[in-house]
Amino acid sequence: MTTSIALERTPRVQYLLRIADTCLIHAQRLAEWCGHGPVLEEDIALTNMALDLMGQTRALLTHAGRLDGNAFDEDQLAFLRDERDFFNLTLVEQPMRRSSAHAPGGDFADTVLRNFLLASWLQLLWQQLADSSDAEVAGIAAKALKEARYHQQHAGDWVQRLGDGTEESAARLRAALGRAWPYTQEMFEHDGVDEAAAASGLGPARQALREAWQQAVAEVFAAAGLALPAATPFVSTGTLGRHSEHMGFMLAEMQVLQRTHPGGRW
Amino acid sequence: MSLARAWAALDGVPDPEVPALSVRDLGLVRELIVDGDAIEVFVTPTYSGCPATEVIAQNVHDALAAAGFGPVTVTQRRAPAWTTDWISDEGRRKLHAYGIAPPGAVSNAIHIRPRQVACPRCNSRDTERLSAFGSTACKSLYRCLGCREPFEHFKAL
Repeated sequence: MTTSIALERTPRVQYLLRIADTCLIHAQRLAEWCGHGPVLEEDIALTNMALDLMGQTRALLTHAGRLDGNAFDEDQLAFLRDERDFFNLTLVEQPMRRSSAHAPGGDFADTVLRNFLLASWLQLLWQQLADSSDAEVAGIAAKALKEARYHQQHAGDWVQRLGDGTEESAARLRAALGRAWPYTQEMFEHDGVDEAAAASGLGPARQALREAWQQAVAEVFAAAGLALPAATPFVSTGTLGRHSEHMGFMLAEMQVLQRTHPGGRW
Repeated sequence: MSLARAWAALDGVPDPEVPALSVRDLGLVRELIVDGDAIEVFVTPTYSGCPATEVIAQNVHDALAAAGFGPVTVTQRRAPAWTTDWISDEGRRKLHAYGIAPPGAVSNAIHIRPRQVACPRCNSRDTERLSAFGSTACKSLYRCLGCREPFEHFKAL
């Protein structure tokens, strides 16, 4: 129970883990705002969105665990995998707030912007997954879609508020966009996992989401006075299991209880 | 006859987060299959991350066991996705009486912008949304500009 686990790297399981891990790590970062939100309403909003994402994660991890055949449950998959066996987008593991020595970057504008970019992506993804050939995935997606819509709306309102607010808020939002944008390329990368998912009807290849995503993002950016940046040559590799330096620190904090007290329940 | 007894038992199971309503009022119980004393009950979660999901399953199990059924099997059924349209008329009356503005109908074009919500205390429609999220996943926070009282609104989903 103390040793690390990993799932078979079949395209099917890999595809589901990319989505589940993106939701999980994004939820973990959002939850870091608990008790630190700039206003009470946002404190509640960020943690409520984290809760929705956590619920989506649980369902996907449970399903991935069943498909894998080793009978690992959601908790084992969240708390006993090592860094290289997580397949989230690198974007979501980046520090969100200036909370401690090992999380040096970010302010509320980073949170607002990342949440918006990601919710816009997830909304499109869930929409297509709702028609998945895997009935369990379709059921998870149909429910998650309703939640992601609300998140996207809420985060989009904030992007507009900051971009169309004061000089200070607009400058911070532009700086946040500069930091986040290079990591968005990975949302539309394409490899064998995407190909297999598209071919089997499990879900869309990531590149199929690009156009609709850019359109949704550009619409809100226009209202916020932000320009859509040009694509960058850099492509992050979290979905391949190769992460940024922040991932290890984050997992250490997220997993410490289960690693220290294996199988502990409360 | 035993089916009616099972539904009656479920009327007595309150939602852990909105105890004024039963799980049946909220439309969380989708189907019952009775076979002699054995019963299988299909329940659906509200939000993906609703922390009450496990508690509800346990309470449903215990209520049916107490009503004389056994074995009792509680199965989660996620699809079709729960909608607030499944909250019964009785449930809506109870919400209103409890001080929570009930959800409007979910139209095909999903409205997620704040809509006009009547104050459950004075029925004024002159209200404003204070917070998109509230004390639980299913609610948002409003304020009545008539009687000046804050109140919760059960979001249409």
